[in-house]
Amino acid sequence: MKKLLVHLKEYKVESILGPLFKLLEASFELMVPFVIKSIIDTGIANNDKEHIVKMCLILVLLGVVGLISAVTAQYFAAKAAVGFATKLRFSLFSHIQTLSFAEIDKLGTSTLITRMTSDINQVQTGVNLFLRLLLRSPFVVIGAMIMAFTIDVKAALVFAVTIPVLSVIIFGIMLVSIPLYKKVQAKLDKVLKTTRDNLVGARVVRAFCKEEAEIEEFNKMNEDFSATQRFVGKISALLNPLTYVIINVAIVILIYVGAIRVEAGIITQGAVIALYNYMSQILVELVKFANLIISVTKAVASGNRIESVFEIENTVKEDNNNGTEPDKQAPIVEFRNVGMSYVDNQEETISDISFTVNRGETIGIIGGTGSGKSTLINLLPRYYDADDGEVLIYGKNVKEYSFEQLNNMIGMVLQKAVLFKGTIRDNIRWGKKNATDEEINEALTLAQAKEIVDRKEGGLDYMVEQGGKNFSGGQRQRLTIARTLVKRSEILILDDSSSALDNATDKNLREAIAKLSYKPTVFIVSQRTSAIENADKILVLDDGKLVAMGTHSELVKKCDIYKEIYELSTR
Amino acid sequence: MKEVLTYVKKYKFLIAITLILSIAIVVATLYVPIIIGKGIDYIVGPGNVDFDRIINMIVVVSVLVLITALLQWVVNTINNKITYNVVRDIRNEAFAKIEELPLKYIDSHSYGDIVSRVISDAEQFSEGLLLGFTQLFTGVLTILGTLVLMLTIDVKIALAVVVVTPLSLVVANFIAKKTFSMFKMQSQTRGEHTALIEEIVGNQKVVKAFGHEDEAISDFEEINEQLGKYSLRAIFYSSLTNPCTRFVNSVVYALVAILGAFTVISGGITVGSLSCILSYANQYTKPFNEISGVIAELQNALACATRLMELIKEPSQEPDAIGAKEAIDVNGEVVLENVNFSYVPEKELIKNFNLSVKPGQKVAIVGPTGCGKTTVINLLMRFYDINSGKIVVSGENVMDMTRHALRSSYGMVLQETWLKAGTIKENIAFGRPDASFEEIVEAAKKSHAHGFIRRLPQGYDTVISEDGGNLSQGQKQLLCIARVMLSTPPMLILDEATSSIDIRTEVKIQEAFNELMQGKTSFIVAHRLSTIMGADVILVMKDGNIIEQGNHETLLAQNGFYASLHAMAKA
Repeated sequence: MKKLLVHLKEYKVESILGPLFKLLEASFELMVPFVIKSIIDTGIANNDKEHIVKMCLILVLLGVVGLISAVTAQYFAAKAAVGFATKLRFSLFSHIQTLSFAEIDKLGTSTLITRMTSDINQVQTGVNLFLRLLLRSPFVVIGAMIMAFTIDVKAALVFAVTIPVLSVIIFGIMLVSIPLYKKVQAKLDKVLKTTRDNLVGARVVRAFCKEEAEIEEFNKMNEDFSATQRFVGKISALLNPLTYVIINVAIVILIYVGAIRVEAGIITQGAVIALYNYMSQILVELVKFANLIISVTKAVASGNRIESVFEIENTVKEDNNNGTEPDKQAPIVEFRNVGMSYVDNQEETISDISFTVNRGETIGIIGGTGSGKSTLINLLPRYYDADDGEVLIYGKNVKEYSFEQLNNMIGMVLQKAVLFKGTIRDNIRWGKKNATDEEINEALTLAQAKEIVDRKEGGLDYMVEQGGKNFSGGQRQRLTIARTLVKRSEILILDDSSSALDNATDKNLREAIAKLSYKPTVFIVSQRTSAIENADKILVLDDGKLVAMGTHSELVKKCDIYKEIYELSTR
Repeated sequence: MKEVLTYVKKYKFLIAITLILSIAIVVATLYVPIIIGKGIDYIVGPGNVDFDRIINMIVVVSVLVLITALLQWVVNTINNKITYNVVRDIRNEAFAKIEELPLKYIDSHSYGDIVSRVISDAEQFSEGLLLGFTQLFTGVLTILGTLVLMLTIDVKIALAVVVVTPLSLVVANFIAKKTFSMFKMQSQTRGEHTALIEEIVGNQKVVKAFGHEDEAISDFEEINEQLGKYSLRAIFYSSLTNPCTRFVNSVVYALVAILGAFTVISGGITVGSLSCILSYANQYTKPFNEISGVIAELQNALACATRLMELIKEPSQEPDAIGAKEAIDVNGEVVLENVNFSYVPEKELIKNFNLSVKPGQKVAIVGPTGCGKTTVINLLMRFYDINSGKIVVSGENVMDMTRHALRSSYGMVLQETWLKAGTIKENIAFGRPDASFEEIVEAAKKSHAHGFIRRLPQGYDTVISEDGGNLSQGQKQLLCIARVMLSTPPMLILDEATSSIDIRTEVKIQEAFNELMQGKTSFIVAHRLSTIMGADVILVMKDGNIIEQGNHETLLAQNGFYASLHAMAKA
């Protein structure tokens, strides 16, 4: 939580002025019992009506000044809290943007979404209340105590004992409930995940007739969530009654002590009333405070969840944001004894892989499911970093390039075809920001996607729904290919990205890519030999190892695995 | 609103208890100051202090306070229980609704929106409800109680208070009206904001792959700033309520002070009573403050409840016919007679479609991408209902059996792999949770998933992270196949079930499938020629229609669309 408060810095002035005005308001409030005391001791005792009227006018005046200070305070507090939350959301979002694939895999998206929305909202509410009241309440409490001391030191000692006892109780309850609220949020994450899962997987759930089982599971999870909420609620609910008891016990003692002091002629009856009023004021303040403590506690729990995202550091770092000059004489891509394993997977997913690719070549990568094909090509744009060996582009380790350089050099079509909300044009422009319609249409034609767009109302202006739900799997795949082709990158990677295409479309696509005028170096990852048989070099992977490399005709002769794949796919 | 009450009704016993206890608490809290006020009256001056009565008062107050505190805790706990349980019930209902919604609804609504109804709206609702329970009722009771007490002390002063205080309600109401539109703007912007987060963070890998981070950040910044702007206004304007009503209250307080003081002078009441009535004036006006806040909160809660209720009231899919068979004797015969179907009324899709599949036949569905092959599966599984005509399975009209009976007679593997959050073991056993571990391993072996599962750090107990985490598309597909292998259904539907699996594995799986399909009717969507050629019936689809039907030879002989597809694939 502490680290997050750095974002309040820009609202330093507001964060100081807000509480300050609040304190001002509170100090005016503290003067009220004094005025009342004067009414009783001077006005009533002397039958001085004029004095009474004057004092009551002062009460109204105090109200007006209080109102002005309060409004000013609310404004500054709201400004600081909202500004803080806006900054926080922004920097959390920006931080998420810097994370590499490895970190995204580890975190999972739904919890990131809850943290960006619900958790930050909690923190915003918490900061707002904090600025408004958390300073005000202790001030009123301590102020009341000081005022009490000015009336009578001995009687005021009661305050000096009561207040520390109250603080211990309040902070004790806070300390106990913060971790519990964290648990509540984590359980809410789970409820959210299950809900989302059942929407995405509606067909499978129904096909297996698992509706009831899923409902039962959800109910259990929901009850667990609810039970935790009720449990924390029980603890938080202690706050109010406990403060109530302590304050009233204090009042009773106060009156007894007051009685003794009055009997001794040290203080007046009006003074006892004033002391009593101060104690009541503390009670009123603390009741408010108790309700707010819950919000603040929740905010701290949420704040910690947000902070933990900030603590996750990107493992794939841009070491050199100025980049490096590629050595165009060197081979465009070279792998030297490369090995890599995913974080919690001890065994290496790929190991000891070495090969060289010259500019303009087409490279096919083939191998069984889970043989490490995607892992291998993910190392080129540094979606993940290699653990062993070196990945080189134009003779330089990929780590020496800036992210921008890598992004400009490499165009990748991912396995999962995702489109974003916006027009088709917007989507294709992901590849090239200022692409003209001409360039876009060219890319669409190459990707065999022109007819899809032509058939849509408005053509390039046709709106893609969130997630591209208004397109079929094959259509989405072709559009995502166009999105990459529009980049005209030197290196083009197709990661099994035609799985949803029929043979004819797939073939046309490959032919179009082979004919590209700017002669990119192409990596094609595929399950089918037909997709790669014209490649200049084919890498055959098996179980994370490079078992053979060569052209189609060479491999058919010398590599049993390849031969088997080939024969099976032409059978 | 009415719907919400039906959920609350279930807890009427608890509600009755908290209402009764609340009355007791309010009476006690109000009575304590009276006793204390009387106590103060016994402290008149030196030598005029009645210690016996003061001690008596102390005992009474202490007992009362302890009882009240205990009751407060009980009431708070009960209120927590009611609120959290009501929300839990509503959430359960909403989730159950998700399992019953027609797929049409799920397909055409954004998941994010449905999720936010079940999660955030329910959350907001619970907070409002809790506040309502804890503050509204006691607030009203306190107002009534103090009013009665003030009347017993002095009618004139009480009436003056009654006349002036509603002013604060007028002020609060005025502000509430002004702020409502701000709140609406805020929640609308928040909706857009969340949608953007869902989309970008949900597809973080694509964003990274295209180096789109900066654009994403600037899009985000724009809407984030906007949200900040509206939030600031909403929060500030709504926070005006409290200072304003408080100002009205301090005017009331001054009024009471002046009237009270004059009455004391004229001998109407004692000084103790004045202190008492002053503290009542405070207590009387405070709830007005709170109520105005609670009403705003409740408005918000009701708005959220409406969104939830909208989801719950959404019509469910047509229930199974009365007397529908819960189990059928599957012989594998499937007949479609004059089937007409369209997703939207204005666009006809499948027209007058007839198909007769004999037990044990293999039906292949072919066509270019996006031709609507999935539509056929939607109809066979009754994910969507046909508009007219009939589908007969094993001699029974599908409308005369329950959906469960129909669906459990098919095993389905879709191209879009969906796995549940849970372990590998749980996922394979999805269709048959009672399966033994040996059976699970057996199924995994048949689908050739055993190899990669064994290599995972925790083997079959590896938890699949969100979105499948580190599993490749092909590995996920293998798990989906294992899932069906284990449930050994009487008929099969395979929609591009092996599209991401390498060919060597595919061939092996094919053998397992052949074994599984022996004598079983199966529907297969596939690109691979060998699969298609071996089918007994081939349905050729184009633009959503079935345009040709026959076996490989007859279709070739027709020299139509199929023949041209075949020629292209061969080339």
